[in-house]
Amino acid sequence: MKKFVFALAFAAAAVLSTSGVVLAQEALSVTIKNHKFDPTEVKVPANKRVSLTVINEDPTPEEFESHSLKVEKVIPGKSKATVQFGPLKAGKYKFEGEFNSKTAQGMVIAE
Amino acid sequence: MFGALIIVFREVIEAGLIIGIVLAATRGVPGRGQWVTFGVAGGVLGACMVAGFAGAISEAFSGSGQELLNAAVLGIAVVMLMWHNAWMARHGREMAAELSKVGLEVSEGKRHLAALALVVGLAVLREGSEIVLFLYGIIAGGTSGSELLAGGLLGLGGGAVFTALTYLGLLAIPSRYIFAVTTVLITLLAAGMAAQAVKFLDQAGFLTILGQTLWDTSEWLPQSGILGSLLHAMIGYSEQPTGMQVIVYLSVLGLMAFLMRIAAPSRSFQVRSAS
Repeated sequence: MKKFVFALAFAAAAVLSTSGVVLAQEALSVTIKNHKFDPTEVKVPANKRVSLTVINEDPTPEEFESHSLKVEKVIPGKSKATVQFGPLKAGKYKFEGEFNSKTAQGMVIAE
Repeated sequence: MFGALIIVFREVIEAGLIIGIVLAATRGVPGRGQWVTFGVAGGVLGACMVAGFAGAISEAFSGSGQELLNAAVLGIAVVMLMWHNAWMARHGREMAAELSKVGLEVSEGKRHLAALALVVGLAVLREGSEIVLFLYGIIAGGTSGSELLAGGLLGLGGGAVFTALTYLGLLAIPSRYIFAVTTVLITLLAAGMAAQAVKFLDQAGFLTILGQTLWDTSEWLPQSGILGSLLHAMIGYSEQPTGMQVIVYLSVLGLMAFLMRIAAPSRSFQVRSAS
């Protein structure tokens, strides 16, 4: 049963991946250092699929999270990871580092 | 300290709700205590492993490993919850009637409990790995660590109390209705999980159609607040769901109702099984 579910999940992922890859994307990045984002404002094109690389220079893990961008990803210490979102309507979208949300605040500006 | 408390509490209540509901849904089933304990223990172990290998998981599948793992974990839980509800549709009446007695075939019951233990384990694994990483970050970060750590541990304790209250609250429901209530709760839980899996597939770029936000209720009920996170954990509340998330949510509700209908025993079956 479990094997079957796994196989199903991967088959679905494989089928879906072929449809998704085509839509990508502008390469953008934001860096986390001392539990702060740099830059704190990231400009992205509106109405386009966006790929954002989050570089964590801190030794501690961080969770990059945004309800409005609908992303949630743990970035281990001293590593980077990429999240995809959009196409976005023009506007401002907050994001934060959930593990250090007092200092780790940022904004995506779609225009 | 309060921030750390909230973060950990928020993660724990998601798993805690599921444990509380599973315990209530298996009321009167012999051996369920061991199975649930087994699920929690397995989940904690899994959480530590996922946290330990966070880097490797993140890099797998060309950077989408974490999203795929989350989506797969959620997907399996949804399937198991569907199976549970179908199983209850078949056996619920006997169980409600014979709550104090061993009314079921042992092997049937075992598989059912194993499926639920898996649901519990996966929930603990998913939420637990974030807690482990968060606490690890505090300890590794040093300086103001002890205060944050105290907050984190309080959050853990608070979450455990919440789990107990969920269970006790559900137990207060008269036994005639309890399985009806847990069935509804589990249906909503499964739909919410499926919608969350959609989010992860979207984030990884695997499922991007109908990815636009349908509505925005973040002003009224922010998902990061306590009530918002509670509703998120319980019924899959999302402040800005995408079209695909709403479609999948409703599809799971529909599929669940359909499965329970075909699983429900016909009248003649009921007579035979009662004799």
